[in-house]
Amino acid sequence: MENLQCQCGHVNPLGTKLCESCGRSLTDKEQNSKLVDMRYEGTARRSQTYNKSIIDKIWNFFSSVKVGVSIIVILLVAAALGTILPQQAFVPANTEATIKAYYADTYGSVGRVYHFLGFHDLYSSYWFIALVGMLAISLVIASLDRFVPLYNSLKNQRVLRHPSFMEKQRVYAQGPGADDTLQKTEAKLKELKYKVRTDKNGLLAEKGRFSRWGPYVNHIGLIIFLVGVMLRMIPGFYVDETLWIREGETRAIPEVPGYSLENVKFALETYTGEGEEARFGEALDRVGTVAKNYQTDIVLYQAPNNSLPGETDNLEVVKEYPIRVNQPLKFDGYAIYQMDYKLNELKTMTFALTDQETEESLGELTIDLIDPNESYELKNGSTVKLLGYYPNFSGFENGEPQTASPLPDNPGFLVKMTTPATPQGETSFITIQNTIEPFGPNQYKLTFQNAEMRNVSGLTVRKDSTLPILGLGGLIFMIGVAQGMYFNHRRFWLQQTDSGDILLAGHTNKNWFGLKKDLDQVSAYASLPAYTDQQEETEKEGEPQS
Amino acid sequence: MATKKKNRLFMRTAILLVMVGAIAFTIYNGVIKEKNELLQVGDQAPDFALTDLNGDRHQLSDYKGQGVFVNFWGTWCKPCEKEFPLMDRQYQVYKDQGVQILAVNIAQSDYEVRQYAEQRNLTFPIVIDKDKSVMEAYNIRPLPTTILVNPEGKITKIITGEMSEEDIVSYMEEIKPE
Repeated sequence: MENLQCQCGHVNPLGTKLCESCGRSLTDKEQNSKLVDMRYEGTARRSQTYNKSIIDKIWNFFSSVKVGVSIIVILLVAAALGTILPQQAFVPANTEATIKAYYADTYGSVGRVYHFLGFHDLYSSYWFIALVGMLAISLVIASLDRFVPLYNSLKNQRVLRHPSFMEKQRVYAQGPGADDTLQKTEAKLKELKYKVRTDKNGLLAEKGRFSRWGPYVNHIGLIIFLVGVMLRMIPGFYVDETLWIREGETRAIPEVPGYSLENVKFALETYTGEGEEARFGEALDRVGTVAKNYQTDIVLYQAPNNSLPGETDNLEVVKEYPIRVNQPLKFDGYAIYQMDYKLNELKTMTFALTDQETEESLGELTIDLIDPNESYELKNGSTVKLLGYYPNFSGFENGEPQTASPLPDNPGFLVKMTTPATPQGETSFITIQNTIEPFGPNQYKLTFQNAEMRNVSGLTVRKDSTLPILGLGGLIFMIGVAQGMYFNHRRFWLQQTDSGDILLAGHTNKNWFGLKKDLDQVSAYASLPAYTDQQEETEKEGEPQS
Repeated sequence: MATKKKNRLFMRTAILLVMVGAIAFTIYNGVIKEKNELLQVGDQAPDFALTDLNGDRHQLSDYKGQGVFVNFWGTWCKPCEKEFPLMDRQYQVYKDQGVQILAVNIAQSDYEVRQYAEQRNLTFPIVIDKDKSVMEAYNIRPLPTTILVNPEGKITKIITGEMSEEDIVSYMEEIKPE
């Protein structure tokens, strides 16, 4: 019941199209067609053979090429949907609520729907990963189900095939032969690097069988590639972080435990158009300023073994290095790239303590906006005491000055100025270009003199331990492609009947022109009967091929 | 034939299980864990050591046997400002019952932090994470974030956003040693 027995006596598994042994057509469809379907050598796909348990059913589902192609199509459509609006990683918001608000505010109802459907984080959504995983399962199962029977069939193929198999091959010849036809054919085919086997009155010549494994090698490469992508999700394999660091700051490097980085100086150099660069003068006049170099001078520190986060006293200098575009700092598998910058954030402000009437100065003080002092001593016993410091002053709340952020974008100072003339002290609140005297008019004020600026570097911290795996996967993929594309699996079957007639059939998986060229050489040498390309003939007759 | 079938079923089951397992593992890592990356409730709280305004060193593991209420904050953070007096009041109640507060400031200057604490008469220890390494170790994003560490040193809760006084009381109760 389960198996098909051929006339030759060989028992074939259910679903076989061409007898594994003699090549006779086993199905009605095959018997009625003029040419045999040589795909997978007419073997039964393994999954069609068994269909019993739930495991078998799942297996069969993934074995189908239709299912595989459907998964690919769904993945393509989904991946395309993810590119309609920016993904959440690229929007300027970082909490769930602000991300949701960003999509609604920026893209209106489209954005709201997009966010609702989860497309804002599509590529790391569970269903997208599950689809990619199903594609991997499909690749493995569909390949196994086709590779194993094909491999066995080619390994066990016999020299002698039934005439019905041979006459249904695309390249076919029949006609009288001589006594030495077989020997001469064998000799010439061997010269053409064919592997030749003979059996009684028959001959099988074969070349480039490994070309048939191309698609499966190719799939192995894809699977390795997907494994690499999967590993990226596992902590420790893949790091892609942004680090904004101001000149003078030392910061722990995100996702790189134990290391910290100090930004000594950030510099943006532009072409001056002078000296050696004079030859660029014309171009610079046309386009304006052109950047020449973005550079962050850093010091890399490593905390000693066994030290804890927060212990910054005993950091060891590992390296001093100028990070420039495309010249990242490399250490311990990590690379730090120059990516972005901001120029001119306030760093220090210098004021003069002046008499408002006489404009006489009692001296200057410089306030470090990043690390201010509590009080500043001036000459003649004058002091300026800092009562409050608001780096990004945003207004008053219940009479209290507020700061919107820790960055000195709009510094505000509440100061008490004590001079020999005003020993009880005068209070004033100073912001940029504005002084408030909360307790009435003062004699003295702080007059702004100048400010120092500092720059900010935007760095990217990268680590990708999966690159060798991705590279290997890609290489194997390409080997598989080359194997399947640039090599052909060519076979000739030859039989001489008792009456001396020659039956000849030829098959290749691609490049029929090449096969015929080989056959022409053999025919000329061994005087074989003229062959016909039966597919070309049927096409000429206007019969559509199935 | 029967053993062949058995082998086939075994092979198919094994291959499917391995692949489904790999997918589940990927989804777990990529989707579920991403929310809090390295830090999760139930994890051992990463140890750290920071210095407070008086120059005293506070190491988290030194408080083993006590509950620790680790609060990350900044002077510009409005909810932090609102919850500080409430935290301070409850600190007075619970400090003798074995609950410690560590308020970790994110990389601000000594002056700003001292001024802020003195103005508000805060009595719990305030430490400054100068290079943001503790913030990095705890993967802190929004401020305020509070991490509750039980007497065994395990994280029992991660709270982002403002807390009411009742919240603070219930959290203190949660990590109070028996």
